[in-house]
Amino acid sequence: MLCGICGKNQATVHLTEIIDDQVSELHLCEECARQKSAEMEQQFSLGDLLGGLAEFEKPPKDLETVSLKCSNCGLSYTDFKKIGRLGCSECYFTFKKYLGPLLKRIHGSSTHYGKSPFISIKVSQKKPELLQQLRARLQRAIEMEAFEEAAKIRDQIKELEKKILDNHKQKE
Amino acid sequence: MNLNDLLKHTSEWLKGSGPHSDIVLSSRIRLARNLDKIPFPHWANKKQAEAVLNQVEEAISKIDYLRKSKCFRLAELDGIDKQFLVERHLVSYEHTQKTDYKAVVIDEDEILAIMINEEDHLRIQVMQSGFNLFEAWNIISQIDDALAKELNFAFTSEWGYLTACPTNTGTGMRASVMLHLPALVMTRQINRVLSAVAKLSFTTRGLYGEGTQATGNLFQISNQVSLGHSEIEIIENLSGLIRQVIEQENQARQTMLNRNWAMIEDRVNRSLGILKSAHIISSQETLELLSMVRMGCDLGIIKNINRSIINELFIITQPAHLQKIENKKLSTEERDIKRANLIREKLIGK
Ligand SMILES: [Zn+2]
Ligand SMILES: [Zn+2]
Repeated sequence: MLCGICGKNQATVHLTEIIDDQVSELHLCEECARQKSAEMEQQFSLGDLLGGLAEFEKPPKDLETVSLKCSNCGLSYTDFKKIGRLGCSECYFTFKKYLGPLLKRIHGSSTHYGKSPFISIKVSQKKPELLQQLRARLQRAIEMEAFEEAAKIRDQIKELEKKILDNHKQKE
Repeated sequence: MNLNDLLKHTSEWLKGSGPHSDIVLSSRIRLARNLDKIPFPHWANKKQAEAVLNQVEEAISKIDYLRKSKCFRLAELDGIDKQFLVERHLVSYEHTQKTDYKAVVIDEDEILAIMINEEDHLRIQVMQSGFNLFEAWNIISQIDDALAKELNFAFTSEWGYLTACPTNTGTGMRASVMLHLPALVMTRQINRVLSAVAKLSFTTRGLYGEGTQATGNLFQISNQVSLGHSEIEIIENLSGLIRQVIEQENQARQTMLNRNWAMIEDRVNRSLGILKSAHIISSQETLELLSMVRMGCDLGIIKNINRSIINELFIITQPAHLQKIENKKLSTEERDIKRANLIREKLIGK
């Protein structure tokens, strides 16, 4: 992709710009990105240039932070500031101190509500038998392309799994 | 299934059915998912990107729901095919750039599309016709559950799904609705409505996403916040907002009709007249005229044209579609002629 400003160089910097609640994506070459971020720094009210946003948080001056690097993927805090993207899921732990406030600023909250990946748990009681039966029924329903029926069974499975999980937690 | 097969039928989301399908073209939900600990696509090396592609493809092949889907590697597609997928809303523009190890999995009805190695390892999308976010959610959540059994998604209970860009962290969900709002545009109320939308932390875009101009009076409204609210809450909030926008559009239509029925009738019929008789027509003019005709159908001014034909024309008159139909590269001038022919064919049957 070519740079969105000069249209000449390859865009290597990808920024998310938020102005008055409008989010837009910017794809820029290094040179234009540098100019752009200089511009942005002059206009604080413009809000949050994500890559640069970290600048506005209590600026990490100490060497420790500046050289902070994700041990899993090698992305540094400076890289993150520059590109506005994390390097891997572990980065969230590495930069946790700075990401918390950032997430709060973007979303107005830093706590997740909502679904989580399917949690498979090993249990040995009567319920799992039922679970297995349900799973078998689900499999059949899907094979028969009886999707409405399958959805119902799936809901039952989920409910049961939740129950089992809650049970499990209480025991711990 | 190959890409040419997609041409032969109308995408599910263009069918013009479903609740409020006069004003709402389609509803879409997208989920961003990543594999735990593996570098995000922009930061991954070739080996890692290839491994992700293989792993995700394998996971998809194990899922019953996705048995009839087909995987396309972007690097193997030519320019027209890539643009074709963008025009059909099956991949993002970004996904057609630097295509190494990028792929898209599409099901037969084009309800589902999964982009692999876009900004996140997986971008799962489900589209429905009309105002149907909850149905879309039901479908996508099941696919997500099935994938989660095969793949180790990056997730923490505190921050939810971990994404490459912190603007998607949490649910990783973007829900969006495509609206046709000609009366709000014609009565010059659209800016007021859209700035209200923005104040409530929702985003508006044009027909072709990020940064595109709203053409054909088509607008996509989507949530901006993905952390701190559950998926259902986000969908409910967005739905409430959409219901208000629908009502405003309906009011604006009523006002226009009361004030100047003859003028609207004239404009609608002239638009149809041009579409039925033009021999050269640009993409921009097509969208504007189709918008008027679509509103004419909604208002009962035009009776014999099915809304799904208008919806389809919005898409198949786009540049890559015309070239796929002709099966060769066309210059702008050639496209303008082909476009006019195609429209006449669809509206008057040759
Ligand atoms: Zn540049
Ligand atoms: Zn990392």
